[in-house]
Amino acid sequence: MHNQYMNAAQEVQDAERSREEKIMKTGAKALPPRGSGKAKGGLKDTLLYVRQHWQLYLIFLLPALVLTIVFRYIPMGGILIAFENYNPIKGLLDSPWVGFEHFQRFLSSPDFLSYLVNTLKLSVYGLLWGFPIPIILAFLLNRVGSAKIKRKIQLVLYMPNFISVIVLCGIVKILLSVTGPLNMLLGTSTDFMTMPEAFRTIYIASGIWQGAGWGSIMYTAALSNASAELKEAAIIDGANIFQQIKAVEWPAIKDVVIIQFIMSAGNIMSVGFEKAYALQTDLNMRSSEIIATYVYKKGLLDGDYGFSTAVGLFNTVINVILLVAVNKIVARMNEGKGL
Amino acid sequence: MGKKKFFRYSMQDKTLLMVGYVLLGLFVVAIIIPMIYIVVGSFMDPITLQNKGITFDFSKWTATAYQRVFGNAQIWVGFKNAVVYSVVFTVISVFITLLAAYPMSRPDFKGKGFFNVIFVITMFFGGGLIPTYLLINNLGMKNTMWAIVIPGAFSVWNMIIARTYYQGIPSELREAAEVDGATDMRYFFMILLPVCTPVIAVLALWQFVGMWNSYFDALIYLDDTAKQPLQVVLRSILIQNKPESGMISDMQSTAERAQLAELLKYATIIVSSLPLLVMYPFFQKYFDSGIMVGSVKG
Repeated sequence: MHNQYMNAAQEVQDAERSREEKIMKTGAKALPPRGSGKAKGGLKDTLLYVRQHWQLYLIFLLPALVLTIVFRYIPMGGILIAFENYNPIKGLLDSPWVGFEHFQRFLSSPDFLSYLVNTLKLSVYGLLWGFPIPIILAFLLNRVGSAKIKRKIQLVLYMPNFISVIVLCGIVKILLSVTGPLNMLLGTSTDFMTMPEAFRTIYIASGIWQGAGWGSIMYTAALSNASAELKEAAIIDGANIFQQIKAVEWPAIKDVVIIQFIMSAGNIMSVGFEKAYALQTDLNMRSSEIIATYVYKKGLLDGDYGFSTAVGLFNTVINVILLVAVNKIVARMNEGKGL
Repeated sequence: MGKKKFFRYSMQDKTLLMVGYVLLGLFVVAIIIPMIYIVVGSFMDPITLQNKGITFDFSKWTATAYQRVFGNAQIWVGFKNAVVYSVVFTVISVFITLLAAYPMSRPDFKGKGFFNVIFVITMFFGGGLIPTYLLINNLGMKNTMWAIVIPGAFSVWNMIIARTYYQGIPSELREAAEVDGATDMRYFFMILLPVCTPVIAVLALWQFVGMWNSYFDALIYLDDTAKQPLQVVLRSILIQNKPESGMISDMQSTAERAQLAELLKYATIIVSSLPLLVMYPFFQKYFDSGIMVGSVKG
């Protein structure tokens, strides 16, 4: 039912799109719509367009633009704090300038490498374990014949996504507590939350528990768009499941997989603060202190604004470099198609 | 549902399918078990829970934990604040995002490339924690609801999803409206939005859930306990092991208090998570159409 519906919808859309394109090609000359058509370039035409469509600028775009400039771009100016000993009374422009001192202090401190490695390990391992599972789930879901059962399974799979980080960490702490069910099951009394060796496993496993089902949603949707006829043809030709996956299903989700991979690989340095902070204890700090939590503590708890901003900036810059690099590499492997 | 009579699987395929179903089943079970454990645990009495764990002997179940959680004023304050913040944030955010996506979806919009660059840069680069914090402080928004709901109200990612959805709507609709002399506003509100329900529903759900479940902004911007949303209250109960004082103060010994505090965590988890878990299945029908069209083709 569901597959058929999606396919029908897809076909209708495709038909509409090709019709649209035809109209664009043939109709553009015969009937130039207001403000478009031959009006390419030219200050006069632009001004005319803006006057005709002032609502697009002043009503539609303005609120978003104001929010972006105020809350995204103005803080970028605040990055100057990273290069000075910021003094709230003197303000951004009159605080004493120290150049790269904060960066030097951070990069030469013995903790620097440990925070960087913790951040990288957490996200790289998280990506390696967490990335394939939603794809596998989507393949498995796609093989469930009954639409009703599939829907019920999806209902369960998506559920943890609606639990908050705090509650998730609360559940984790309950399950792993010294008197909790896991210890009862094993007949031990280990305090997992205080073990630095256990932190990453806890973080990544609970992340998969919470996010893998929800992460599969896009792949599931892309798979149900894979042409049913193509699949039937493959089956009639005697293709086994592996061959079907290779010939029909994988091509259907490949683009989504690539986009998702670039996005998550490019975000490797922006490990969520919220969960790491909630799972931190004084004793597992050796592996749980990441750059994001360090920035928070240094900046807002210790009030060392300049230093904290410098550490944050360092993190952002590495992140941008990684994103660009991953995008380049994937594009090269994928015949020039990146983001 | 058509009968798939000619779907004949070979022996090898059948085994493979079985393995697949078992794996899927295992994953589903792994998701459900912790939830059931918490639900059952929340009905135990504190001493049994600590010594023996959970039992399915219904005669021993009690609702003490729930009475204590519901009897606590701070939980209610948290609930009320969370509802207010989430609703206000969802309305503002979805409205601004839907508005901004419209010009960005029009092929003829002048300045589209420029605005696009301005927006997309913010997805990857920002000022970071301290500059944003100082700005909000300087604007006098600290310790007000606005510090929570305004700065993140415009989401570029959601704008892209809405834009892609609009682009799937046949442009003849707009041309017809323009011929009839409808302004951009009129077309947008009277014609375009009514056919975009799936994407509106999905964006609204995302924003609501995101705000309901977040705690960081509230943690750094709201000092006043009367303004704290539910997640900050939960944080002190679940993560910091500091139950609200009224909840356990009538217990005599420290041991009893500790046991009760542990039990209260179970009930608190259920009470705080239930609203969203009950709400989300109603949105499930929009997931495929809304999310799909937006993100995959984008």
